[in-house]
Amino acid sequence: MSTWDRFVDTFFNGKVMAKYLPDILSGMVVTIELAVLIVITGLGAGLALALIRSLAIRPLNWLIIFIVDLFRALPPLVIIVLIYFGLPYADLSFSGFVSTWLSLALVLMAFSEEIFWAGITSVHKGQWEASRSTGLSFGQTLMNVVLPQALRLTIPPLTNRTIAITKGTALGTVVAVTEILGEASSAMSNSYNPSPLMMGAAAYLVLFLPVVVLARRLERKFAWKR
Amino acid sequence: MATPSIVDARAIHKHFGALHVLKGVDLKVAERELVFVIGPSGSGKSTLLRCLNRLEEPSSGSIVVDGIDMLDPRTDINHARQRIGMVFQSFNLYPHMTALGNVTLALRKVAGKSRAEADRLGRAALERVGLADRSEHTPGQLSGGQQQRVAIARSIALEPRVMLFDEPTSALDPELVGSVLEVMRSLRMSGMTMIVVSHEMGFARNAADRVVFMDDGLIVEQGAPAEIFEHPAHDRTRAFIGQIQRH
Repeated sequence: MSTWDRFVDTFFNGKVMAKYLPDILSGMVVTIELAVLIVITGLGAGLALALIRSLAIRPLNWLIIFIVDLFRALPPLVIIVLIYFGLPYADLSFSGFVSTWLSLALVLMAFSEEIFWAGITSVHKGQWEASRSTGLSFGQTLMNVVLPQALRLTIPPLTNRTIAITKGTALGTVVAVTEILGEASSAMSNSYNPSPLMMGAAAYLVLFLPVVVLARRLERKFAWKR
Repeated sequence: MATPSIVDARAIHKHFGALHVLKGVDLKVAERELVFVIGPSGSGKSTLLRCLNRLEEPSSGSIVVDGIDMLDPRTDINHARQRIGMVFQSFNLYPHMTALGNVTLALRKVAGKSRAEADRLGRAALERVGLADRSEHTPGQLSGGQQQRVAIARSIALEPRVMLFDEPTSALDPELVGSVLEVMRSLRMSGMTMIVVSHEMGFARNAADRVVFMDDGLIVEQGAPAEIFEHPAHDRTRAFIGQIQRH
């Protein structure tokens, strides 16, 4: 066997791949479910916090900043472990799936709040004044004038964060979530062959490339001629 | 004058921290009057204008516009602001909307018009500023002069009782100033009450009913344009007008 053949036999072993493909596919479904839940709840909560922060209620803003800094500073794995192994002591037990979802959604919430907030504050003061001078309320101005401009600015950094944090679903293996990486590594130890890991990598590509493309599209859609 | 004043501001004081920007300003404006406010930068003229629709909160004093006590906490400020149009130095058009979108936003959200009705009123307002054919353009596709005219349309679409102009031509290239002044002149002809902060002395001379000279947070003197420009009573006014006219 040539070196090349040995390489292919090790990393792209047809028999092993065929055997574990169903496992990888079911792992993909779990990863997709997790990712969709994390993105929707994480970004939703992040936007909600940024909007609340724009009301400029001091004690509330201190609380928001504290929460946001906390979840930006903590490693996601630590949060997952705390929720999964720690909360049962407070009579709150979550499955590995829910623990992973909650943890990563909290982290995405924290990062996206900062991004949304930066977008909101970067909109020129004159936009607020023009809108308020025509009689629009604070909320109407925020929703109709400021937020559309802020969101456009936030799409690129938001996409990066969202992808980075969604990839963190792989951390779910620690609490026995059978997502892509979990399936791939158990297949790897059962078959004594790393081919399933390559399939896992391919699965991530298949999952995230469309997300990147979609984000580009969104960026273009929200752009306006200057 | 027997005509009732539509704007009646009394003893307006404004502090920014330790800075005392307005030191007790009284300003009465009659219906259909065009009042020009001039003065060196930092004299408080823009701040005074911004106090009138409460974009700036006066530290003390009273402001009544069209019978509405602007400083009364019970006043619905968003409702009151519909009656007071404001045009800014930097236009402040919404860059993500078309010209028509800019003009119709408040019509729909504040005046409660249907989209069709708002579009109709919006197009009429754009027509009045000579931009009927630009309704689908975004601000980025318009020249500065056109943007400022859209901004004027955005205000007049709400049929305000008073219009405030805060240095409306200061950010424009010289060749674009004329088109904006032209729109202001036609507004005046239609009987709009206007308070204008500007350095366009030529316009002040032939369009204003009254010129108010401010310096250091106070109104130094006021009167008919010819009077202020030809025979200012105060040295400070004379010095300011001399400086402006040398350019």
